[in-house]
Amino acid sequence: MIIAERKPIEEIRLMMAPYKKILVAGCGTCVTVCWVGGEKEVGILASELRLARGAEGRELVTLEATVDRQCEKEMLAELRDKISDVEAVVSLACGAGVQTMAELFEDKPVFPAVNTTFIGMPEGEGLWVEMCGACGDCFLDRTGGICPVVRCAKGLLNGPCGGTRRGGKCEIDAEKDCAWVLIYRRLERQGRLDLMREYRAPKNYRAVKRPGRVQAAKA
Amino acid sequence: MNGKIVAFCCENSAYPAADLAGKLGLHYSENLRIIRVPCAGRVDVIHILKALENGAAGVLVLGCEEGACRHITGNTRAKERVEYSSMLLREINLDGRVVAMFNLSPNAPHKFVKAVNDIGNITAEPGR
Repeated sequence: MIIAERKPIEEIRLMMAPYKKILVAGCGTCVTVCWVGGEKEVGILASELRLARGAEGRELVTLEATVDRQCEKEMLAELRDKISDVEAVVSLACGAGVQTMAELFEDKPVFPAVNTTFIGMPEGEGLWVEMCGACGDCFLDRTGGICPVVRCAKGLLNGPCGGTRRGGKCEIDAEKDCAWVLIYRRLERQGRLDLMREYRAPKNYRAVKRPGRVQAAKA
Repeated sequence: MNGKIVAFCCENSAYPAADLAGKLGLHYSENLRIIRVPCAGRVDVIHILKALENGAAGVLVLGCEEGACRHITGNTRAKERVEYSSMLLREINLDGRVVAMFNLSPNAPHKFVKAVNDIGNITAEPGR
């Protein structure tokens, strides 16, 4: 899923400074799961903005809404009435959600309240780690299902760098596992260590031409 | 007159302690508004912020002593939420001390009164 982090409140307050009535819009999918942009966080951000504005002696009216997915226009359409009633929108969705909202409601300024950071998975309570760089040229079949492109600090494709610490930790960050140690152990467990000797040619980072576009095959 | 103080009181500890304080005739601020909750863990960040938005000068969350929560982790969760709320207030340049968590047992009316008085002293500071 997509992982995001809340922007500092000061940055959001600056964006909202010119407005008196805003919509705080959450998204019920990825950013809800990573505790940053769901219904609960919408309520907290709206309250925080109102309290801050109140301390300045000015009023801020906030509407609040959370849709299942802000990256789908059909789901965003249900916000039409609320959006017509406000001067601006602050969205807690990922970058895709913010842009979909901005495209659907072109006459309203839409501001991001989060920084979209990576595609990852939960590793523990309140902790998410990056798993995929969306490079468009996946070779997880040859690395035991562990992606060295994002999980190796140096993005190395052909084994560890030589700086691996004792205990299989990364030389860049002793808290993190060396991706290539993980890959070796996984392949060893699966009896596929021969893959470690396979040369992987330099990666084609142009596999996804920006902006990416995928057309599903029609059945 | 000082601002109102909202106290979310766990019905297994702080609420009976408040009751006992009343029976013993202990004095505490008349500005206190008690909200009985089934567990301090029921209190969420948004409840604390909304209390402040609606005019409370201070918010207390009063739960069981650590290790004594009937719902195992309600009081520790409440403590984390109070600390988070306090951090949110500091972020917007408000006084984070006006939100506080205290742990007490049902037979500790004096501790209840002290918690109320402590936050009352903060909300009554000049210039607020």
